[in-house]
Amino acid sequence: MRHAIDTVMVEQRAASFTTRSIKTKSKQQGLRLALSLIDLTTLEGKDSPEKVRSLCRKAITPWEGDIEPPLPSVAAVCVYPSLVKVAKRVLDGSGVRVASVATGFPSGQYPLKVRLEDVVEAVNDGADEIDMVINRGAFLSGCFDEVADEIAQVRSACGGAHLKIILETGELETLENVRLASDLAIQAAASVGPIADGEVFIKTSTGKVSPAATMPVTLVMLEAIRDYYEETGVRIGMKPAGGIKTAKQALHYLVMVKETLGNDWINPHLFRFGASSLTNDVLRQIVKQLTGHYTATYDFSEA
Amino acid sequence: MTIATQTNATEWDYSPAPDTTKITIEQKNKLFIGGKFVSPKSRSWFPTINPATEKKLADIACAGKVDVHSAVSAAKSALPKWSRLSGTERAKYLYRIARRIQERAREFAILETMDGGKPIKESRDVDIPLVAQHFFYYAGWADKLAYAFPGAAPTPVGVCAQIIPWNFPLLMASWKLAPALACGNTCILKPAETTSLTALRLAEVFQEVGLPDGVVNIITGKGDTGRFLAEHPAVNKVAFTGSTEVGKLLMRQTAGTGKKLTLELGGKSANIIFADAAIDQAVEGIVSGIYFNQGHVCCAGSRLFVEEPILEEVIHKLTRRLSTLRVGDPLDKNTDLGAVNSKEQLKTVERYIRCGVAEGAELHQTNTGELPAKGYWCNPCFFTDVQPSHTIAREEIFGPVLSIMTFRTPEEAISRANNSPYGLAAGVWTDKGAKIFEVAKKLDAGIVWCNTYNKFDAASPFGGFKESGFGREGGMQGLRPYVRLGGV
Repeated sequence: MRHAIDTVMVEQRAASFTTRSIKTKSKQQGLRLALSLIDLTTLEGKDSPEKVRSLCRKAITPWEGDIEPPLPSVAAVCVYPSLVKVAKRVLDGSGVRVASVATGFPSGQYPLKVRLEDVVEAVNDGADEIDMVINRGAFLSGCFDEVADEIAQVRSACGGAHLKIILETGELETLENVRLASDLAIQAAASVGPIADGEVFIKTSTGKVSPAATMPVTLVMLEAIRDYYEETGVRIGMKPAGGIKTAKQALHYLVMVKETLGNDWINPHLFRFGASSLTNDVLRQIVKQLTGHYTATYDFSEA
Repeated sequence: MTIATQTNATEWDYSPAPDTTKITIEQKNKLFIGGKFVSPKSRSWFPTINPATEKKLADIACAGKVDVHSAVSAAKSALPKWSRLSGTERAKYLYRIARRIQERAREFAILETMDGGKPIKESRDVDIPLVAQHFFYYAGWADKLAYAFPGAAPTPVGVCAQIIPWNFPLLMASWKLAPALACGNTCILKPAETTSLTALRLAEVFQEVGLPDGVVNIITGKGDTGRFLAEHPAVNKVAFTGSTEVGKLLMRQTAGTGKKLTLELGGKSANIIFADAAIDQAVEGIVSGIYFNQGHVCCAGSRLFVEEPILEEVIHKLTRRLSTLRVGDPLDKNTDLGAVNSKEQLKTVERYIRCGVAEGAELHQTNTGELPAKGYWCNPCFFTDVQPSHTIAREEIFGPVLSIMTFRTPEEAISRANNSPYGLAAGVWTDKGAKIFEVAKKLDAGIVWCNTYNKFDAASPFGGFKESGFGREGGMQGLRPYVRLGGV
């Protein structure tokens, strides 16, 4: 069930979203929405409990300034499995969810047994959401059943936790592969059992491979989600991750979601940005909209 | 379950983002003859309006016979000096013009949109950049004509009368002027009645860059002005872009006079989608093929041929995509379809839509929201159940109206596509490379786009077959109509 994808026109359509002019009220709204959709992320070997705690505080209260109506929290904090407990302790009851990468993130080059244990442990430690990586090696060598079977097993291992399936599109290279992997991931997740809206996401990248999220790649994935919705009525979520650093980029993505899937998808249950530096740029723009001038970058806390 | 009809949880929409209208427009726009703006001897003026508001923007001079004569005389007397100038020197002027257009791009884009009704995002991102590109491109050829026509000693044709349409006012001016000037000709340009303002502003650019007096003359007016110009005995060449009807008249008029002629006329271009195509992207191609510039495009993909098995899917996806198009204030940066160029053209489009319904085709009109009370508007629409004999499948509508038909085999697609008096452009959509070449070479069209549509570039020749005209504009081929070839 390969879908033909033509790169030239995908790029043309993706570029057209960036010429939408988002001003005044719609900018103010769009920026707040963008903030509420962020998965604030730290995925470094040097991550420490203290670093994760400060990230969590930032997630709950992105900015300490006085603003009406109050700014939303971000959607989730995304960490490695070993730091899930730390994050859970701070975030419990805050409404901000704990997401954990798992399945031998970012390469996934571990025995399936280890990858599944990785998931189970993260869930047991309190992860609300699991960001898994697909087996790109198997995918590129055409072993689609193997890829699908592994995704299905990971979903089963998630229990009640939501699942985000990272395709690592930078390694799949072609848009046809992106579409094929999107369809395959969605079908595989669905093969385990019914999917509630937003229970399963497809996600572009780990952030460890370049290029990470791009607009053409995201558009192709959104179209896969749209086609699946029209076929089944089930809403799959979307998470572009990596490389989205500015508020302006975030607004372009929101325009793309709006014009491809509709406003229904613009909420944290169905759309996320995987990003770290995006938060402060969004905050800076929000404050600029209020005061008419840009504040210094050091006026916003690091996470 | 369709996305187009679902209700929205969050009402996030784009706020109005209008571009400025604060540009100065002369109230009386004179003729540009011999390097100066002069009042018409005819003493006649006519109004030009903004089709999005129906408000008058300015008065435009209507050149009479005497005015046409003085413009042709100015071009004739400027010819000897200009044509003897070295190619390198002529190129310098063209480069200066191109750069000055880039510097004044925003002003040109806004004026083009106010006077013609096209969305600002198109005049800003397509028209004006292409105008500059055209002058840059032909500046490059000016000193290389000997290489374009090796051993043939190219010399200028002489005085060129250039008559252009209202759909891409400044772009068509550049398509005509840039190659003519590069080859050492002098010109009289006649813009369309409803869209004279940007051409006259281009005259300001000519003054700014010090283009010698009389090398380009711009005379505004109505149909008669164009006729006087084409008839004038001192004119050596007529270049026309517009309707096939007028093209035929011009051909009769110039026959036997020794005048060279090029015609870029109408079209009813076929856009062919095979079942193996990338459908989502093909739908993008349909949209840019027929709804670009409100369908006021001579090469618009106004006949869509879809392979039978995917008809339903294409219609569904097209309908959904049309619901995201924004029709309205052309100056708003988020507008996708602006105003129809004139009241007259709106009437024509509406007449064709009624005719399509009357002949039994099914109309699918998209409701894109409330349209402004004033102005000339037409929501994008398409017809299904169209038969090749229907008027809407044969005649050029020049509006956002698409006729969808089906085919079963490649041979049938080709013969249906070629079953038209026109032969300007065509589009082929398939994932199979071999099929692209096979089909493209059998299509009787001057331009064939493969897996894309309405892509323009100064380096690429443009022009048609059959009743779509003859002669090419753009590319090296675009030089040919403006040179005389001889032996050495």
